Amino acid sequence: MHKGCSNIFHALTSCGLLQRIDMTEKLHEFVEKLRSENTAWVTKVIEGHGEVAVITSRESIVDACRSLKDKHGFDMLADLCGCDRGPEEDPRFEVNYHVFSTKHHNRLRLKVVLGEDDPHVPTVTQIWKTAEWHERETYDLVGVIFDGHPDLRRILLPSDFDGHALRKDYPLRGYEPYSLN
Amino acid sequence: MGLENTVFESLPDVLTVKLDSVINWARKSSLWPATFGLACCAIEMMNTVSARNDLSRFGAETFRASPRQADVMIVSGRVSRKMAPVLRRIYDQMPEPKWVISMGACATSGGVFDNYAIVQGVDKVVPVDIYVPGCPPRPEMLVHAITMLQEKIMKESVKDRRDTYEPESRESIVPGTLPVTEGTALERETEIEVAENQVSRPYTIPSKHERRRSS
Repeated sequence: MHKGCSNIFHALTSCGLLQRIDMTEKLHEFVEKLRSENTAWVTKVIEGHGEVAVITSRESIVDACRSLKDKHGFDMLADLCGCDRGPEEDPRFEVNYHVFSTKHHNRLRLKVVLGEDDPHVPTVTQIWKTAEWHERETYDLVGVIFDGHPDLRRILLPSDFDGHALRKDYPLRGYEPYSLN
Repeated sequence: MGLENTVFESLPDVLTVKLDSVINWARKSSLWPATFGLACCAIEMMNTVSARNDLSRFGAETFRASPRQADVMIVSGRVSRKMAPVLRRIYDQMPEPKWVISMGACATSGGVFDNYAIVQGVDKVVPVDIYVPGCPPRPEMLVHAITMLQEKIMKESVKDRRDTYEPESRESIVPGTLPVTEGTALERETEIEVAENQVSRPYTIPSKHERRRSS
């Protein structure tokens, strides 16, 4: 037990905190490993709530992901999601890659930021098969185009839908009410 | 000697009854629903069919997976714009006579989802007979809806022929007179009128039954 903590609650939380600090240290190690392979892969590191995010450029995302999967054991792509920061922001879109390791249970986030006029990212389907549908969803809802994707088409919205629904400037109710009468 | 022998001894040999009542009684007592459970309301529909609130005691004996063998379609759950043409197609595949119960708030009016993806009420896609509010409606409410539908069916008449769309088929023509003379200006005018009033509907010609009820 932690010395100097008379309250058990304090003792437990400080143990948890220690665990959290330990966790982020491990993640920072992975970031350092990535950086040591190629400094261009790590543009910026963001840390918060025990999670570590790495901002990468779109040219190096595939290489970074390949290295994470093959050499550092991040064998599972837990999530790939796109985000629209809003029409006034520059860069407007971001694509988040949440990688998870089933071997050493660590999570890392890779982030690619894109401008509005060139929302292209190379695909990571050759690394993780699950990225296929996640990239389709990102294309469908946010409008980020994945170069090299085997089958990039809408997955959630109807195929003849006009626009990208989860963009901040798309109205909530849509444009036209639906009626078959 | 059974009950039927005792009963039939007191009755005459031939009974006269309104054709409408017999046909409507037969239709209402064996309303077979088509499964169209889309979302959470489907779970309450399953509850209605299960032993506690038993729907088969009202005649809804089997929930047919094939729409060709079903009488009533219970649309339970929110209908998305992607699903709406599929819903319409299943409805069109049901043979007449058919009815639709819109179960739950989402099927009735879009529910809590006032957005780009959900159709605001299934009556924009198919004609609806009974609306059941609730999120989800209790199984007893769905049972009440089936009972209400049965009362509605009892009020129908065989004279409302539902398998034809043209109103002309319901008018009787005096022999020797034709409504339109061939090759005249009247025929051309009628053709233009018919072409103007034609509403383009997807998939099939709707029934007369539907024209009276659609929103």
